[in-house]
Amino acid sequence: MSTPLLELKNIKKDFFGNQVLTDINLTLNEGEVLGLVGENGAGKSTLMKILFGMNVIRDTGGYGGDIILNGQKVSFASPFDALAAGIGMVHQEFSLIPGFTATENILLNREPQKKSVIAEVFGPRLNTLDRPAMREAADRAIDKMGVHIDGEMVINDMPVGHKQFTEIARELSKEQLKLLILDEPTAVLTEREASALLDSIRGMSERGIAVIFITHRLQEILDVCDKVAVMRDGELVNDVAAKDTNVTEITRWMVGRSVDAAAAAEHRAPPETDTVMSIRRLWVDMPGETVRDVNLDVRRGEILGIGGLAGQGKLGIPNGVMGLYQAGGTVTFDGRQIPLNSPRKCLDSQLAFVSEDRRGVGLLLDESLEWNIAFPAMQIQDKFLKPLLGGMIKWRDEKAIAEVTRRYIDELQIRCTSSKQNAKELSGGNQQKICLAKAFALEPKFLFVSEPTRGIDVGAKALVLEALKKFNRESGVTIVMISSELEELRQTCDRIAIVSGGRIAGILPATDSSEDFGALMVSQVV
Amino acid sequence: MSQNIKKETSAGKKALGFLAANSVPVMFILICAVCIPISGFSPAYLLNEIVTRMGRNVFLILSLLIPIMAGMGLNFGMTLGAMAGEIALIFVTDWQIWGIPGVVLAMIISIPFSIGLGLLCGKILNMAKGREMVTSYIISYFINGVYQLVVLYMMGSIIPIKHTTIRLPRGYGIRNTLSLLSMRQSIDNLLAIRVAGVKIPMLTFIIIAVMCLVIVWFRRTKLGQDMRAVGQDMDVARDAGINVERTRIISIVISTVLAGFGMIIYLQNMGNMPTYSAHSQIGMFCIAALLVGGASVDRASIGNVFLGVVLFHLMFIVAPSAGGKITGDTMIGEYFRVFVSYGVITVALVMYETKKRRAKASMGEQLQAAQQEGE
Repeated sequence: MSTPLLELKNIKKDFFGNQVLTDINLTLNEGEVLGLVGENGAGKSTLMKILFGMNVIRDTGGYGGDIILNGQKVSFASPFDALAAGIGMVHQEFSLIPGFTATENILLNREPQKKSVIAEVFGPRLNTLDRPAMREAADRAIDKMGVHIDGEMVINDMPVGHKQFTEIARELSKEQLKLLILDEPTAVLTEREASALLDSIRGMSERGIAVIFITHRLQEILDVCDKVAVMRDGELVNDVAAKDTNVTEITRWMVGRSVDAAAAAEHRAPPETDTVMSIRRLWVDMPGETVRDVNLDVRRGEILGIGGLAGQGKLGIPNGVMGLYQAGGTVTFDGRQIPLNSPRKCLDSQLAFVSEDRRGVGLLLDESLEWNIAFPAMQIQDKFLKPLLGGMIKWRDEKAIAEVTRRYIDELQIRCTSSKQNAKELSGGNQQKICLAKAFALEPKFLFVSEPTRGIDVGAKALVLEALKKFNRESGVTIVMISSELEELRQTCDRIAIVSGGRIAGILPATDSSEDFGALMVSQVV
Repeated sequence: MSQNIKKETSAGKKALGFLAANSVPVMFILICAVCIPISGFSPAYLLNEIVTRMGRNVFLILSLLIPIMAGMGLNFGMTLGAMAGEIALIFVTDWQIWGIPGVVLAMIISIPFSIGLGLLCGKILNMAKGREMVTSYIISYFINGVYQLVVLYMMGSIIPIKHTTIRLPRGYGIRNTLSLLSMRQSIDNLLAIRVAGVKIPMLTFIIIAVMCLVIVWFRRTKLGQDMRAVGQDMDVARDAGINVERTRIISIVISTVLAGFGMIIYLQNMGNMPTYSAHSQIGMFCIAALLVGGASVDRASIGNVFLGVVLFHLMFIVAPSAGGKITGDTMIGEYFRVFVSYGVITVALVMYETKKRRAKASMGEQLQAAQQEGE
C-alpha cells in the first residue's frame, strides 16, 4: 500500500472565531475501518461535514488544512462532488422517501431507464423506469451489504433497523464507493441488527471499502475497527490500533479534562431530605430526545443534575414534565399528582422551567426586559397587578415591575442600557440571565433549568451557575439542572443522574470520578 | 372459538376502517340513493345525462392528478388553464374556423398561453412551499383580473378582433356570451353511437381513455418517479440530486396545459361560452368532484376521477328536482350544489390536517405501547 486512501492534514475549522477543530491529522488505508469517538461537541460531526463537502461548512467560512484522497488534494464544493469521488455517508437522520419501496429508495435518482421515442423529443426524463433492472441493482447492493431486507417493502412499513440498512444499501449501490461514513448507525438498531451491521462492515472492509464508523457504543468499535480515533474539544487526543486499547481507556480519553481538579471545588454533602418530586414511568415524545421509561426521585432542597449524551432523552424529561411535549406516566410533587400535558397546571403548582430554547420558548424577543421578567408572574400569579373598581379591572403596576426588574438586573449583573430595552438586543449570556430572572420572579418551589450555559461565554457561565446555587441555598428551592457539560454539573450539583437510552442509567454524587460518569453515559445508548 | 371472535372483530374493524377511509363517497352514494326515487327521473334520462357530463368534465378533472402526485395539493390554479383555453376559443371563433379543425386549433393556440401562466404559477408556488393550495387559489383571482383587462379592454382595441358579432357594441371588448355554435359538440358527435337511447360520444371517450393511458405511462417515467419523490419529501429528493423546483414547475405547467384542453372540450360540449364567468367556478367544481370520488389532498387516482364525476353530477341532476318535490322550491337544489361543493372541499382539507396531526401523535402511542410490552 503505497498511498493511503485518505489523508487529513492539519484540518482546522472555526465558527465565527469559535475554534471547533484544531489540527486534525488522520490517515486511512483502503479497506480499513476507523472508529471515531468523542463526547458531543467534540467535533466529530464537523469533521465529517468537512470531509463530505456539506454546504454549511462553506457558508461559515470554509476550513483550513488539506484533504488528500488517493494522493490528490481535493476540495468538494458540494456533497455531490464527494459522492462522485467515492465518498458515501449515512446520516443520523434518515434520508428516505417514506412512500417508496426499498428498491426505489436505494436507486433514487439513479434509476436504470428504458429508452423511449418520446424521450428523444422531450428529454431523458420521459424515459420509463426499467423496474426489473432496478430490482436487480438493488438486490446486488443488498447482497453486498450481507443483511437481507425486502426490496419491495415500503419504507413506512419497515422497522427502524431496516430503514438504516436501506440507507447503507443505497450507498453501497454506488459503484465508485471507496469510503463510507456511518454516523451512529447502530443508535437505532436492536442488538441483533447491530451485530448484523458489524458483520456487514467487516464484509465491506474485505471488499476494499474503507469505513469511518462513529458510535457511542465503544464495545462495537473494539469489535469491528482496525483503528480508534478519540476526539475531545476539537482535538484528536489519540489515534491507536483497536487491539491495543480497551473501553476504560477510551472512556478516559473521551471525558478526561485537564480542569478535572478545579471541578471538585466546594461541595456540600448531598442533603438527606424527603422526596419532593417523584417521577414514575415517564415517557416523552420529544423529537430527537425521546424519553422511554424514567423513574426519578428528587430530594427537597437539592440541586440535581441530569446529564448524558445528546439524543439520549435528558432534555425530554423537563419538557415532558412541564407539558411542552406529549408525555405519559405519573409525576407527584409535594404529595400531589401533577397532570401531564398541561403547562398551566404545572406552573400553578409552583413549578418553573427555564427552557433550553431561549429564543423560542424562553423570551418575548420584541418586548422590554421589564415585560419579560414580569410577564409569567403576572399571568400566573396575578403579581404586579393593581385591582381597580373593586377588582373588576386589573391594572399593571408599572412601578412594581420596574423595581423588580432593576433588582434582578443588579443581582445578576445583566448588561443592558435600561430595563426598557428589548430582549432580542441582549447577548446570549444576558438573555439567559433574563430567563433565570423570569423564573426567579415566579418564586417557584421547584425549578427546572435546561442547558443554562449553552452558547454563552465563560464569564457569564460562572455567573449563571453561581446565581442558581445562590437561589437554591438562600430560598431553599429545589433545582433540577440539565446540561450536556458534565464538568458544569459536577461544579453545581449535589447529585447527578445520567440518562442513557431514554432511561436513568444511574445517579452518583457529584464528587465521583469522570470515568464513572462516562461509563454510565454509554451504558444503554440506543 | 376465541380465535373466531377475534377474526370477526378484525373483519368488523376492517369494514369500519374502509368506511372511514371512504366516508365521502359513501355519503354521496347514500344521498343519491335517497334522492333518485324522489326526483322521479327515468333511468334512461339519468344515464344519458351522466354520460354527457362525463364526456364534458372528466378531462378537466384529470388535469388535477399530476400536481397531487408532486405533493402540491389540489391545484386551484387550473383556472389559469381554463382562461388560456377561453382566450384560444375567442381567437378561433373570430377567425371563423369551424368544427373539429377549430377545436384542434384552439387547443394548439391555448398551449403557449397555458405554458406561460403555468410557469408563472409554478414559480410563485415554489416561493410558497407548504401553502400551495391557498396561494394557487389567490393566483387564480389575480389572473382573472388580468384576463378581464385583456378580454374586456384590449381585445378589439390593441388585439385585432375582426367580427363585430363577438365584440361589444362600443367597439372593443368581447360580448358577455360567445356563441360556439360553429363547433358545438363537434367532437361529441363524431363517431357518436346510440345504445338503447343513450348517446355515447365515442371520440370524446377515446380522447379521455388516451389521456388516462398517458397518465398511467407518465407515472412510470423518470419524471413521474421524481415527482412522486418530490411530493413525499422535498429535502430527501434534493439530496438525491433531483431538481425539486424545476420538477414542481413542470407539474404545474402540465396541469395548466391539460386544464386548457379540458376547458375547450367542456365548452365545445356546452355550445356557448359565458366569457367572464365560465372559468370562475370550474376549479371549485372539478376539485369538489375529485374529492367526492374519494381522493384526498395527497392521493388521487383515475378511479377517483370517474367515481367523482358520476356521483357529483348525479347529485346535481337529482338534487334540484328532489328538493323541489320536497320543499316546493327548485332553488333549494341550486343552493345545495354550491353548499355541497364548498362543504366537500372544507371537509377534505380538515381531514388532511387531522390525519397529519394523528400521524404525529402516533409516536407517543408507540412509546406507551413499548413500555407496556416491557412489563
